[in-house]
Order: sequence, then C-alpha cells, then structure tokens
Amino acid sequence: MTQAANSFSLERGLNAWREEIDAPVAAFFSSCVHCGLCAQACPFYVETEDPQYTPIHKLEPLRLLWEQEYTVWGKLKKLARDRIDAKLGRASKPLITDEMLAQWEPLLYDSCSMCGRCSMVCPVGNDIHYMIRKAREGMVASGHAPEGLVAASVRAVNTGSPMGLQWKTLDVQIKHVETATGLEVPIDREQADYLVLLSSMEIINFPEYLEALTKIFAHADVSWTLSKDCFEATNAGIQIGSKDIAATLVQRVVDAAEQLKVKYVISPECGHAYTAIRWEGPNAIKRAYPFKVYHIIEVLDQLRADGRLKTEGKEMDRLSMHDPCNLARKSGVVQQQRRLMDLVADDFVDLKEHGEFQWCCGAGGGVSSNERAEPLKLAAFKRKKAQIEEVEPERMVTMCATCRTQLEEGLEEFSMDIPVVGLTEMIADHLVEKEKAEQS
Amino acid sequence: MTSMDFLLFAKGPMFSIAVAIFALGILVRLFEILALGRAHNYAAARGNEIIPGLKTVYRRFNPDPGTFKRSTFDVVVGTLWHVGFVIVLLLFIPHIELIESTLGLGWPGLPNPIVDALTAITLLGLVAVLIHRFKHPVKRFLSTREDYLIWLVTFLPVLTGYLAYHRLINPYPLALGLHILAAEIFLIVLPFTKLTHIFTAFLARYYNGAIFGRKGIQS
Repeated sequence: MTQAANSFSLERGLNAWREEIDAPVAAFFSSCVHCGLCAQACPFYVETEDPQYTPIHKLEPLRLLWEQEYTVWGKLKKLARDRIDAKLGRASKPLITDEMLAQWEPLLYDSCSMCGRCSMVCPVGNDIHYMIRKAREGMVASGHAPEGLVAASVRAVNTGSPMGLQWKTLDVQIKHVETATGLEVPIDREQADYLVLLSSMEIINFPEYLEALTKIFAHADVSWTLSKDCFEATNAGIQIGSKDIAATLVQRVVDAAEQLKVKYVISPECGHAYTAIRWEGPNAIKRAYPFKVYHIIEVLDQLRADGRLKTEGKEMDRLSMHDPCNLARKSGVVQQQRRLMDLVADDFVDLKEHGEFQWCCGAGGGVSSNERAEPLKLAAFKRKKAQIEEVEPERMVTMCATCRTQLEEGLEEFSMDIPVVGLTEMIADHLVEKEKAEQS
Repeated sequence: MTSMDFLLFAKGPMFSIAVAIFALGILVRLFEILALGRAHNYAAARGNEIIPGLKTVYRRFNPDPGTFKRSTFDVVVGTLWHVGFVIVLLLFIPHIELIESTLGLGWPGLPNPIVDALTAITLLGLVAVLIHRFKHPVKRFLSTREDYLIWLVTFLPVLTGYLAYHRLINPYPLALGLHILAAEIFLIVLPFTKLTHIFTAFLARYYNGAIFGRKGIQS
C-alpha cells in the first residue's frame, strides 16, 4: 500500500466506481425519491439528528457519476453543458473533485458501519449498504480512505494481522490454554475437518474464546486445527473497501485451508470476518472455495442439533442478546444463537428490534479502526443503549469481538453495570464433563 | 384558438407525442439499467434469490413496525396519496374508456362520488407531503429542484381533474384540455426524472430481496 500511495488519484477512484456500477446500483439510484426514511433507520442519524448522515446522501458522488455516464439523459445534459461552456470559452467544471471526496470521506466511513439497516426499510427497495461498500472502492483508489483504516490494512497485508499481532503471541496463549484445560490445541493438522480462524481483537481482548472452543471441540469430538500460516480471520480490505487487499487476505485463508485439506473453515466470534470470508471472499479471488465456511455459532448449533453438545445447568440471571449486523441481517444467522441461548439461559429476553431489524452497536464497518470516528461511534451506541434500557437485562450476550468491545466500552461510558459475554464461552461453561457424558 | 381547438389539440397530436416520449423514454431507462447486468457471484448461496426478491417487492408496501412508529406521517400519508392517485388513475370510468380506446383493454370502474372523494384525499395528501418536505430537516436537506418539479407535475393532473369534474373552470373544453395537458406533461417528464421510480422501484425491490435472499434473509 505504501509504495502504491503515489498512484492514488481521482481518475483511479472514478475508474473503480465505473467497475462497481451494475444493474442494481442503476435501479436504486433511478428509484430514490428523497423521502429520507433511510435516516430514521440509521443509528448515526438518529442519535445526532444531523441530516448529512442520511444514508442515501452518503452516496451522492457515486450517484453523480452514474447519472452522467450511465444514463442517456445524463449524457445529453453533459453534452449540452459542454457546448455552452465551449461557446462561452470557459473550461467545463469537473463533476467530481478531490475536495468533494474529501468532504464525503467522513460520511462514507466515520458515520457508516455498513450495518445495512437502511437497506431493510427503504420504501423503493434501495440496498444502500450494498452501494456504500462499492463507493468505498473508489475512495480507497482515489486516496480518500481514513488514516486508521489505511494503517490497519497495511499491517494486515505486511504482518497478517490488522493489529500487527504475531504467531508467537498466539503461541503463548495456546500454551496457556493447554495448561489450563489439559487439552491439546491442534496446530497444522492435515485432514482435520475444521480449520479454526481467530481475530486479533479476540486474541488480545478475549482469550477466553480459544479456551472455550478447545473445551467444546474436545467435548464434541470435533476434528479441528489452527494454521500457523494463517490464523487471522478478519479482512481489513473489506472494511476499507479494497478488493485487491481483500483478495490478498482471503487468499491466505484459502491457501491454508487447501494446504491442510480441511472440509470446513470456521470464522470466529467476529461479524465482518464472517461476511468477508463467507460472502465476499470467493468474489474477491474470483472462484468458489473447495471448502465450506461457517461462523462458530452455526457450528455450535449444528453440534447441538446432532446431540453432540451435552450441557447441564442454566444461567439464572436476566440475559439479552445483541445480534451482530454481519451475522444476522447480512448473513441470515438469526435462529441459531437463540436456540443455543435456550440451551443455557433460563431467563432470556430479546431486544425489541432484533434479528434482521437489530440496531448496530456503532463500531462495525471499520468505524472502530478509525480513531477520527470515535465521537460518532459513541453517539451511535446510544441507540443500542436505549434498546438495552428497554428490556433491563443483567448481562448482554453477543458473538462478535468488535460488538463486544463496543458494548463493554459504551456501557462503561454511561456507567451501566451490565457485563457482556460471548456466547461460545457461555456454552463452554455448561458442558457436561466428558466422562459423565459418556456414562449417560 | 378556441377552447375547443385547444381540447382537440390536447386530445389529438399532443397526446400521441406525450405517449411516444413516455413509452420510448421508459424503455430506454429500463434498458440502460438492465444492460449493466450483475457480476457472477462465486459465494455459495444460503437461500434462493427469486422468491425472496418477489416477496420484497410486496413487503415494502408494508413497512416494519419500527419504521411505522418512527415515520408514521410518511407511511400513512405517503401510502394514502399513492393509493388514491393509482385508484383515481385506473378506476375512474372516463380514464378506463380512454385506456380502452388506446390499448383495447378495459375493466370496471368505481362510482364517481368515490373517485371524487379519493381525489380530494390525494390532493390534501400531496399538499401535506409538500409541507412536510419543507419542514422536515432531512427532507429539506435532501430535496433538489427536481423533487419540487416532480411534486408539481404530479399535483397538476390531480388538481385540474378535480377542477374539471366540478366545473370550476369554464368553459368545460378548456378545463378538460388543461387536465389532459397536465397528464401529458406528467408522461413527458416521467422518464427524465425520478418519477421513473413508478417502474424502477419494482426492479430495485427485487434486487434488494434477491441480494439479501441469497444470504438467507428476507428483506
């Protein structure tokens, strides 16, 4: 990325957009009547009431390009304008400028977590987040991506982790897990069924995840492995909006999976890592995978359905759940986490708007890697906070390390004493000991 | 030019011109959208595309409870005047007769007093949404000249129709001529403005439903 810095230009950005404009984009832009209903679906608008955060407005530069170059009417208008300018002997005003993109950068990054809620409510059916994702491609190529995300992408490409985390750090954690559980954490085991990926944020903030997973897989006799070559599931390229970086990072996962000949790859408790590998990855590398991709929650629910998860006892306090946008609305995993909750929670209450209509925590889509967005990230969290206050849980459960960090930090900021737990750990806490399970 | 000449012009050559521009314009618009196509998707699908796509076409008529609560005015008044407009357009007996004489396709209409009441509701609804557009911070911020233009070209056919029906403009041929002309302006403007949403919204909804449907979510 750093060497390529000089090659960022407005023209490259516009070309990236030209590549992204497809029939859905044209149908969406043709249909918007400026009703503004997308604003009331967006936590960044709802909590700031600043009209510039209206989702469809974030796409205005892309819309201008589409109208001028992809509609007959727009082309005619340009022709007429150019003739008038020529007659008057003045230079044509450029349609899109670097200044304009600089102005739109905070709109496309700081105030959008690509949660996709606007796409669910638009009356004419515009999938706005689909277009935001595309718009970011042009922002990267024109050199208008936020510094924090650029730095994370460079670290991810150079070190394999957006946080610069190395295998030796993970190795220490593996040793610790092995000592604590007396179980082996398999590494580079060929022909294992599942290749387990982790996220750097999880390794640093939530080491309990790896321990929980090790226990559950031993309990259910799952054949799994980590890969020394590739343990990172997250994809900074998807967040910043660069298909090239995304492809480089996804290729590492694919190489590791193919080398170890696994049947399945498991994305950790991380939302965007899952959408990156599950939905965007094959398109980034332009081929279908020879393996299947699951989120850990899907795997756990399948083990439950197969009767391989034997649990005892239940959590007795009042629990509620935050659905990560990437997992629920953007990937269709909604019932799995609820079935797992039923297994281990006695008093579970859903937030009023949940599943496909849940509200984003405010930190996704690269917002949490973008220091400049910090105040907006906290503002957007207020919507989640209001939702939590409605049902008054004693603890929150979630299954994404970014959401979990945001919930913990946000709740602390507002002095709300509501701990946040990962669902995988909660399941691991209720496993029947193996010997006991075998006797029954 | 007498008012009768004006009516004959509006019903005759002007009508043909308007319908031709509308039909050709809309065909071009739809073609330039569909011709862009979609890239091949290599990710293994969780769900179907076609059925969720069609479901979303229907579901966006009926917003989720959260949207209804947060944007009650938009949902209620927006639905009211759209439904009123479409019913008046398609179920007023003279309109059906015109369609039958042009396309050879007819259907039963509604009694005039019902159409009259719906027209009044549509007019009031349109005035209300215009005021809302001026007052609501998001709408005011987003609105361009085009938004006000399409409001006007939508409002005028309804208004002139109402005035003609109640004989509030005289002589009658002038009233009817103005109504027909207003409808023709609507048809001519349609393909070049976001009035195209009348057609493309169905396409947009389908794509939305298909994109989410593939991932196993009904949008």
